[in-house]
Amino acid sequence: MNLLGYFRSQRKKSASVAKERLQILVARERAQRDGPDYLPALQDELLEVIRKYVAVDQDAVHMQVDREGDCEILELNITLPEDDAPR
Amino acid sequence: MAKIVVVTSGKGGVGKTTTSAALATGLARAGHRTAVVDFDVGLRNLDLIMGCERRVVYDFVNVINGDANLNQALIRDKRVEGLYVLAASQTRDKDALTQEGVERVLDELSNDFDYVVCDSPAGIERGALMAMYFADDAIVVTNPEVSSVRDSDRVLGILASKTRRAEQGKDPVREHLLLSRYAPDRVNKGEMLSLEDVGEILSIDLLGVIPESQAVLNASNAGVPVILEDDSDAGQAYADAVDRFLGQERPLRFVDMPRKGFFGRLFGS
Repeated sequence: MNLLGYFRSQRKKSASVAKERLQILVARERAQRDGPDYLPALQDELLEVIRKYVAVDQDAVHMQVDREGDCEILELNITLPEDDAPR
Repeated sequence: MAKIVVVTSGKGGVGKTTTSAALATGLARAGHRTAVVDFDVGLRNLDLIMGCERRVVYDFVNVINGDANLNQALIRDKRVEGLYVLAASQTRDKDALTQEGVERVLDELSNDFDYVVCDSPAGIERGALMAMYFADDAIVVTNPEVSSVRDSDRVLGILASKTRRAEQGKDPVREHLLLSRYAPDRVNKGEMLSLEDVGEILSIDLLGVIPESQAVLNASNAGVPVILEDDSDAGQAYADAVDRFLGQERPLRFVDMPRKGFFGRLFGS
């Protein structure tokens, strides 16, 4: 990096932002693609149930199916909002 | 039996047709009989890039429908021995490419050629799916840009599940990444995804990196596959990629910036 650039660019480079966004997106899309067909519907319904009690975003539910040997693991991640007041 | 190679990407405008023309020309120049087929029904373009647009009499759909035979429809390239073009139809009927029809034409080409290069249209609709379906190898053309990388990953998913090889449980389609419109100066400035970044995200074997180059537009203006521009950076990068495709080792070129002098480093942006 040159001298002027060093002082000029304190904010994050756009390429590394792009990489981070892509890594998250691609991982999610692959998980959906490789998972069973019912996964998106299951995800939607779960989200609906959760929303009855907590106001969460569309992105708050993250689901993934992993395989370890004969064992299939359904991993469910729900990010609850900071203040989890009911709607 | 010919090897069937699809050039695909999902996203439009990333350089599929440029790559198809360069790859087919390179393979033929290396002594392999090669046919390059335009699957973009309704939006024929490969003929323009190959510079044979005024010689199209019959097209792919004519052959599928039996209105012409392959010998009538194949256009022989005047520059490179053993190179033939099969143009897309200008019909607006997207269903013109039937799976049986495409299979019949590819089988017939397979008897006569060493390589059949399928130039896929953008998107993931019928033409694109048909171009991918029978492939042995896939060249996924990607720009170092978010939407292109995402679409490429989508296409990789289709190659792994919706192709003949996948459906028949054979060895999977061999996937190769071709990174195009690469600008090393912008990568250095942190403004563009690097080839390492894209490789890490898509995790497939890298076939080549084509630099952003004025030579590509100049060549397409003239109807010359850019690989024939031996003095140009893009032409040389494509030649390297074709050599790698044929199993030779070639170091990557045009991926680093020339080193700047002291003042350039101090004051350049």
